[in-house]
Amino acid sequence: MLHYPFIQNALLSGSCIAIVGALTGYFLLSRGLTFAGHALPNIGFAGAAGAVLVGVKPVYGMFVFTILASFGIRVLGQNVRDRDVSIGVLMSFALGLGLLFLDLYAGYAQRVYAILFGTILGISRGDVLVTGISTLAVVAFILLLYRPLLFSTFDPAVAEARGVPAGLVATALLVVVAVTVSLSIQVMGAILVFTLLVGPAATAIRLTRRPSASLLLSALLGVAYIWGGVTLAVASGDLPVSFFVASIAFAVYLPVRLLTERRSATRRGREPAPGHAH
Amino acid sequence: MNKEQALSSRTARRAPDIESSHGGNGRGGDSSLVALDRVAIRLGERTIQREMSFTLLPGELVAVLGPNGAGKSTLLKLLLGLIKPTEGEVRVFGAPPKRGNRQIGYAPQFGTIESDHSLRVRDIVGFGLDGHRWGPGWPSRTRTAAIEKALDEVGALALADVPANELSGGEQQRLLIAQALLTNPRLLLLDEPLSNLDIARAQEVIQLVDRIRRARGVAVLFVTHDVNPLLPYLDRVLYMANAKSLIGLPEEVINRERLSAIYGSPVEVVEALGRLFVVGVET
Repeated sequence: MLHYPFIQNALLSGSCIAIVGALTGYFLLSRGLTFAGHALPNIGFAGAAGAVLVGVKPVYGMFVFTILASFGIRVLGQNVRDRDVSIGVLMSFALGLGLLFLDLYAGYAQRVYAILFGTILGISRGDVLVTGISTLAVVAFILLLYRPLLFSTFDPAVAEARGVPAGLVATALLVVVAVTVSLSIQVMGAILVFTLLVGPAATAIRLTRRPSASLLLSALLGVAYIWGGVTLAVASGDLPVSFFVASIAFAVYLPVRLLTERRSATRRGREPAPGHAH
Repeated sequence: MNKEQALSSRTARRAPDIESSHGGNGRGGDSSLVALDRVAIRLGERTIQREMSFTLLPGELVAVLGPNGAGKSTLLKLLLGLIKPTEGEVRVFGAPPKRGNRQIGYAPQFGTIESDHSLRVRDIVGFGLDGHRWGPGWPSRTRTAAIEKALDEVGALALADVPANELSGGEQQRLLIAQALLTNPRLLLLDEPLSNLDIARAQEVIQLVDRIRRARGVAVLFVTHDVNPLLPYLDRVLYMANAKSLIGLPEEVINRERLSAIYGSPVEVVEALGRLFVVGVET
């Protein structure tokens, strides 16, 4: 199987986006921003549709729309309650635009399908190179933001007192997510990108405590899901890769979730401090 | 202990002069850690404080009292450089307050836990050391030792690897205090550390804070709703209400005349069993 270039390309790009997806997903989960992880791919889809309409490569449309949406989310949703509403409103608007673009340019159902569900088995060497370089850039950026991001995520009041630029860090994270989503849509498709953003990280968080361990584990899981998905798709003959990736992610998450839940509730038998949401 | 014992134990220590809201900023402008001179704080339409002046000396334990909305937390934010005074001058360690001053340790009012999964106590305490710096950082023995020393000082070393969201209220306060101590601050700002704690835990936290400030010589601003558990330990009281403030010894501040003046309506202070109860206003 590994002899075929298209399989190699699929595994290479897939591994790259699995890594960035897992890393950014960890922070999305930690900050309660999973809805943004769902909204941004949909917004990306609208961007891709718009790009095709004006005759430009879809990926550019995705970058523009998702990065603009990141700033929009930051501007509109300053507190948690407002945020989900703002994200939802932005997403609905974007989907509406996407529908408009589809309507205006009849006859590219094939491309729409590709954007929605990904074309991992149709990736070129050139695409792999671009994805690889972008992945390195995203990872470097996350490493740069690492400590202030963790601090403002898990201890926001003290972080502010210590001079961490929380707003800047939050915006930077969303832009990183936008870039990650845009890269990943080509591989996984807009509809199923969420799986790679949230699945590995959610599983890792239930199994590890230290952020470095959680990040490493989610990246490894993501890569494993991609390899598993590609292998199963090839073995099955014609079934889509992203279906297998999503199914594997779910199949791993479910038992981990159910088994670890019991463990943490009874672990210390202590009463949590009042005012905690559990 | 009764009122006489409390008073004599305090005068056995230093007894600073009373400073009212209309007085000057007291003596010792050079040796003072914090000095406010005719500071006014306005947030939007509301005037939080009209004209506030006081100084804080090294090693003092000062309780900050007053009703909700009086500006106690706002005062702490002012000292942290997070908000600017509308009028007047604030000096912290002889200079205007700046954000991220490592000589100030801060324990905020509500728990640190914002996420439904949590890092270990030692990870969160560690933020106090270098969480504000860019880059991923590198684990080091010095860093681990500093974190464990701070945890040991607050009696929480055994909790180092516990997820922070499994801590009880009292344990969480210890975590926040340990975090605040990591930079060896000269000033500790504690925002309502006793809220949500039962009497026994509250006593433990107070005794811990007193022990720390004696051992390290840090000054402490201790925001609280109930001054009584602190009476045996504190040096002065800063009472904020109705856009005015008073600072001085507890019996000089918490009495019928001064509080009625500050509120502009009748306030009675009842003393029973060595404790002070303020009657007539919401505290």
